[in-house]
Amino acid sequence: MSDVRSPARTAAAKAPPAPEPSLPANLRRNAPLVPTDSAASRALAAVIAILTFLAALCAGAAEIAVSSAGQWQGSVAQEVTVQIRPSAGRDIEADVKRAESLAKDTPGIAGARIFSKAESERLLEPWLGSGLDLSDLPVPRLIALTLARDRNPDLPALRAALVEALPGVASLDDHALWLQRLSTMANTFAGIGIGIVLLVLFATGLAVVFATRGAMAGNREVVEVLHFVGADDDYIAKAFQSRFFRLGLRGGALGAGAALVTCAMAGLLARMWRSGPAGEEIEALFGTFQIGWQGYAMIVLIGVIASLVTAAVSRFTVRRFLR
Amino acid sequence: MSAGMKTGSLLSGAEEPVVRFESVGMRYGLGPEVLSDVSFEIAPHSFQFLTGPSGAGKTTLLRLILLSVRPTRGLVSVFGREVSGISNDALTGLRRRMGVVFQDFRLLDHLTTYENVALPLRVQERAEVSYRAEVVELLRWVGLGERMHVLPPLLSGGEKQRAAIARALIARPELLLADEPTGNVDPSLARRLLRLFMELNRLGTSVVIATHDYGLMDLVEARRMVLAEGRLRVEGP
Repeated sequence: MSDVRSPARTAAAKAPPAPEPSLPANLRRNAPLVPTDSAASRALAAVIAILTFLAALCAGAAEIAVSSAGQWQGSVAQEVTVQIRPSAGRDIEADVKRAESLAKDTPGIAGARIFSKAESERLLEPWLGSGLDLSDLPVPRLIALTLARDRNPDLPALRAALVEALPGVASLDDHALWLQRLSTMANTFAGIGIGIVLLVLFATGLAVVFATRGAMAGNREVVEVLHFVGADDDYIAKAFQSRFFRLGLRGGALGAGAALVTCAMAGLLARMWRSGPAGEEIEALFGTFQIGWQGYAMIVLIGVIASLVTAAVSRFTVRRFLR
Repeated sequence: MSAGMKTGSLLSGAEEPVVRFESVGMRYGLGPEVLSDVSFEIAPHSFQFLTGPSGAGKTTLLRLILLSVRPTRGLVSVFGREVSGISNDALTGLRRRMGVVFQDFRLLDHLTTYENVALPLRVQERAEVSYRAEVVELLRWVGLGERMHVLPPLLSGGEKQRAAIARALIARPELLLADEPTGNVDPSLARRLLRLFMELNRLGTSVVIATHDYGLMDLVEARRMVLAEGRLRVEGP
């Protein structure tokens, strides 16, 4: 044993720092402590991607519904309608003129548009069909009043004035019931969207719990060795968390990316169809069928949240497993 | 090397034993007792062999010292600390003061030899640049300088053995436990590795080598802890 040199530790203790030894160019250093590339990892990334995609689409759809409802509310809330009913022995044209002048005199009313008899009859066409002679029917007449943006009109006073001037003939509809229903519907859509997103994130969390437990069982020897070489539970949990965060990031990015592309394509197709009659109907129902930058930001945020949920759940699961 | 080489037993009366077993019994589940009434101490800076026939309980005794299993009865103290009910943090602290060479090496197959050897320093969250030179030098010393980028499945049995030993030594442990560390190497390398353990012992590390290689034990005049039928007998200085 005369050829035995001093062990490394004596050399490491010498005073001047040794020049850094040359390392092979292909030497891998600080590779992940938990093996990452496995069929289970790829499957989990795919599950996270699909769940993120579904959550992002739900969020996008809810955003479209809420913003469309907002547009409808905005346009409807800017108008009120005066209805004049025909009454025996009264001149309906004179009543309409009287109601219009009363409305125009009310502060906060920016404009009034009288629907002619022909226009009023045309409003009934969707229900009664076209080509009918409606002259014998007592069709009410409408006056659409546009509200000023800078001041609120005193609608109760206008309603009282109309009832006083034209008793039993005139009524004022400020669309409050319609607006309330619209608001309820928009809130319901938003609630359903949030609920589905939460459910999907919960499902993602559960998938990660099972995947983490599987990974822990599959890497039992790695965990044992890490313990023996002095790693504490937190360090091991971090190693698993880092692995699952990368998987979550990959899945989240894929899912959110696919959702972004889908929304962008849907917006593009909607713009292309808008010129046709079907496009007009779709636009009437769904507004512009486009999500704004908030929608895109929300989709990206869902991708990020899915990754963070993956990381947090895996860390929590590992800590529980090791306890 | 001639027999009768003195090891560095530098126990002073004031120093606490590194390991103390008092009437320790151990059984797995409802099976028979693997260890019965085992009592001994491992002094600081001491060098000893743990020997006995296969199945005598050497590995179980090492696992008890490593705190990977708990005794069925009796008291185990490591570095002056009684280990029943020890917290996880304290357990980690004690393990960082030990180095261990497993009989089956326990190298992580997805990490290179270099990464495996650096593992005890890496889990202490030290910057890689701070230990790189040390790891490379130790790898070269154990003859793995050209194999540091190789994954363990591609190493021979002897190379794995040396990588496992290097991993146990790299953090300069106060206590080194080696389970059949020379079982897969040729006699010349076995002597060289033994010399390495002795050098380490001279620098202050307590060393316990579990082996049933009497040829190896005869090279060194050291205490022998002999396990037979679950009972421990201590021979030698």
